[in-house]
Amino acid sequence: MRQYIDKKNTQKKAYYNDRFYKAPQVPKEEVDSDEVFAKDVESLSSKFNLKETYIQRGQLVVYIEAKDIVKVMTFLRDELDYNFLSELSAIDWLAKSGEFEIFYQMLSTSKRKRMRVKYFIKEKQEIQSVMGIYKSADWAEREMYDMFGVKITGHHYMKRILMPDDWHDHPLRKTYPLHGDEEAQWYEIDKIFGKEYRDIIGPEERDSAKIVEKDTHNFARIKHEVPFGAEYSEEPVDTDYQEEDGILIVRKLSKKDVKILKERP
Amino acid sequence: MAQHQVNYASTGGLPVALTTADHLINWGRSNSLWPLTYGLACCAIEMMASGASRFDFDRMGVIFRASPRQADVMILAGTLTKKHAEFTRRLYDQMAEPKWVISMGSCANTGGMFNTYATVQGADRIVPVDIYLPGCAPRPESLQYALMLLQKKIRKEPASRKLKPKRLV
Repeated sequence: MRQYIDKKNTQKKAYYNDRFYKAPQVPKEEVDSDEVFAKDVESLSSKFNLKETYIQRGQLVVYIEAKDIVKVMTFLRDELDYNFLSELSAIDWLAKSGEFEIFYQMLSTSKRKRMRVKYFIKEKQEIQSVMGIYKSADWAEREMYDMFGVKITGHHYMKRILMPDDWHDHPLRKTYPLHGDEEAQWYEIDKIFGKEYRDIIGPEERDSAKIVEKDTHNFARIKHEVPFGAEYSEEPVDTDYQEEDGILIVRKLSKKDVKILKERP
Repeated sequence: MAQHQVNYASTGGLPVALTTADHLINWGRSNSLWPLTYGLACCAIEMMASGASRFDFDRMGVIFRASPRQADVMILAGTLTKKHAEFTRRLYDQMAEPKWVISMGSCANTGGMFNTYATVQGADRIVPVDIYLPGCAPRPESLQYALMLLQKKIRKEPASRKLKPKRLV
């Protein structure tokens, strides 16, 4: 397989640059503004090194160090009563700083609070699995690996979950083209027929607005339904369900044989 | 001896129908189309509705089968992903000749709104399609019409085994 070279990386060079534009930010509040969260942060910071803490939309956000993740999660479950890991995934900041941001969205059903644990890793840095602490991390971590290529150690079945096993690259990275790299575009052809069939079947038609009226290989018009690949003609074709003289045993019902009653008998 | 004149060639003369073997075979084929139960996405809901009592495909001899070995028609009802394409082709290959394919809905026809890396851009890249049925999702009436058109198409085909290859795939 030829290597995919990204010629149109929209992330590396922004096509539009407004130097006066300031992206809107969700306002951040101090942790002290919430009693429960203030207590949680206090007990967390006594054991672990917290880089940044704030409250956003009523949810606590805590930045930790990557090496602490298993201990932090155990502590959150056992001591702080965050009994539910609702979601975990990664954010691609590779173009900006060469990093992934990993987040874990937690819920405490007893405190009725949600919090988010976050940390940054380098592109090829491995992270530890939290599957042993929260079962819900199982598939979420597999999806994170599948979509971003984040390597996870300590997971019992580290395989792709959505894409096929022989898929090339990780589709949710910002550098991945929406229509797929070359391998993705020919995936089904290569797999079913083999690479030598690429020329016969041809590339994918990605222009959804493309209409070639006279192309009878791909288009048909109502009342002009012709067989596959037949000559284009303006003459309308017979689209009746039944042939003119009927078919075996079944007689064709024509309009002149039909009696229409004025009223119900 | 019969007292009245009987025109054997016309229908309704005697309970005798004169026809060719081709016609008879095609009549049989077109009136017992057994599709493969093959719902891929939301179009399958419409396909199920078509099979159920209101639209009642059974009266046309269209009976859904759960095995490709017993099916004549493959109704590709829904989004065909690249991961699944391999299995679609395998199911198609497992069907006995003669066999036909209806591509149901925009997704199966062209990829539809899923103009992405993971969707096959048209089921005809994988299997030869006989009827392209537009719609998102097509109403059961449309599917009925598609099957009726397919029946008509079958009746026009020569009944011999040597069907012309539709395409290289």
